[in-house]
Amino acid sequence: MDHDTRTELYQQVILEHNKKPRNFKKLENATHSAEGYNPLCGDHLMVYLHVNNAQTIEDISFEGDGCAISKASASMMTSTLKGMKIEDAQKLFEQFHRLVTGELDPGQEENTLGKLAVFSGIWHFPARVKCAILSWHTMKGALEHQQTVSTE
Amino acid sequence: MTHISPIFNVAQVRKDFPNLHILVHGRPLVYLDNAATTFKPQTVIDAIEKHYKTETANVHRGVHYLSEKATAEFEGARDKIKNFIHAKQSCEVIFTRGTTESINLVAHSYGRHFLKEGDEIIISEMEHHSNIVPWQMLCEEKGCKLKIIPFNDAGELLFDEFKKLLNSQTKLVSVVYVSNSLGTINPVKEIITEAHKLHVPVLIDAAQAVTYHSIDVQELDCDFLAFSGHKLFGPTGIGVLYGKASLLNTMPPYQGGGDMISKVTFEKTTYNVLPYKFEAGTPNVADAIGLGAAIDYLQTFGLDNTLQHKKELLDYGTQALQSIPGVKIIGTAQRKTSILSFTVDGIHAHDIGTLVDNEGVAIRTGHHCNQPVMQHFHIPATSRASLAFYNTKEEIDKLVKAVYKAKKVFE
Repeated sequence: MDHDTRTELYQQVILEHNKKPRNFKKLENATHSAEGYNPLCGDHLMVYLHVNNAQTIEDISFEGDGCAISKASASMMTSTLKGMKIEDAQKLFEQFHRLVTGELDPGQEENTLGKLAVFSGIWHFPARVKCAILSWHTMKGALEHQQTVSTE
Repeated sequence: MTHISPIFNVAQVRKDFPNLHILVHGRPLVYLDNAATTFKPQTVIDAIEKHYKTETANVHRGVHYLSEKATAEFEGARDKIKNFIHAKQSCEVIFTRGTTESINLVAHSYGRHFLKEGDEIIISEMEHHSNIVPWQMLCEEKGCKLKIIPFNDAGELLFDEFKKLLNSQTKLVSVVYVSNSLGTINPVKEIITEAHKLHVPVLIDAAQAVTYHSIDVQELDCDFLAFSGHKLFGPTGIGVLYGKASLLNTMPPYQGGGDMISKVTFEKTTYNVLPYKFEAGTPNVADAIGLGAAIDYLQTFGLDNTLQHKKELLDYGTQALQSIPGVKIIGTAQRKTSILSFTVDGIHAHDIGTLVDNEGVAIRTGHHCNQPVMQHFHIPATSRASLAFYNTKEEIDKLVKAVYKAKKVFE
């Protein structure tokens, strides 16, 4: 991989979400929540969801400490999932998981990732994949009623 | 004949380490992660290759030529280590997989045999997880208590607090000589002297210390000392537990198997003498020989002859990093080694790590298996540049330049 491809990890949209994370707060009326932890690097976050009777994510938020990649990923996840059916959120989890592990090429395969495709280069940085996926695993864990999610 | 003292020459020494001369992302590598592991000189690589190419055999078993040759090389390595740490006898040098296994050996053998409910073990707030978790496991099993020596914000142990923790319940002290995240050189000699007043044995985690300056276990009077080969310019998978023979002889074996026995019947087994009692199974012959070669290499110039250069690197690096706006050095002890942990305002250590790696600069980022240290400073992680004798000021300049570039990305 050449030098330019490597610097592309920190794209403007990631830097911007890191600087001003969306939905960065505790959700008081959460129906689901979980704690995500990456013991390797100490990244630590909480994801809160409010799911209504129609199985739709009415509201979602996160709080925590982490690198730019994990913060931006959590921020973009919450923006994307707000208003989405649980079923669709779970499908998107699968797509995002395949994207960051290099199995899904958004240019080649039909997908609903939208802006999330900005994380497509991350599989070049194996040590950083966990940063991008932590909030997603935590969200999934919250929906499945796990209290703590670890990416180790 | 005049004695000519060996002169340490960085440019010359760099030629001995092939791994220093590779390109990373198209740029010359700047390797500043020596506290994690060190590069190996060609002589170490050659020694391991020679063993596998022409001298492969199991040790302490055969009577054939190769077995005797391998045994002599393997035991020769033990003698080199004995001389290197100034142990009284070679049987006090036990081969393990590394520092972690050495500490676990003491926890299992000494700890489980001699400690009981209510006994206390003293460690410090700056221990590596490998010198915390084995004791916690022992405490859980036996009902012992773990007592912690705190440190101040410079990263220096509070010696008076240590003295307060010592009492008649104390059965073991296990402390790190040099902190892997802060660089602090702890006053282990004073700690040992104090503990011995109450006849409490002391284990020294010398993983970082052994690569920094010479160690004399008899002068320190430590009861146990643990270190790894791979941080001492030797191979991975080999390490050492030094123990006083008088103590080791009272301890039960750690693992059972071949080599550690003198006679086996189904009714009773009698154990072998030191050090074999603690070396069950075929040992890591090749890497022990590799570690011996690393020690031979270090003795061509003498580890203590590199101290001046490393002090210059530390002072230069401290100044250079501190001059970057927003950079804070974590670990500012009066006595420290060339380990530079730092934080950068508003940028997480992992982002710094990835961005400086783009420039070919290898540093460690994270909690360095020192989570209690991170908790002390209320930080999730640090970036750490750890310098070995083969590093240069020019390499520090490249790190500084790379940190500036990383900061620019986040502006």
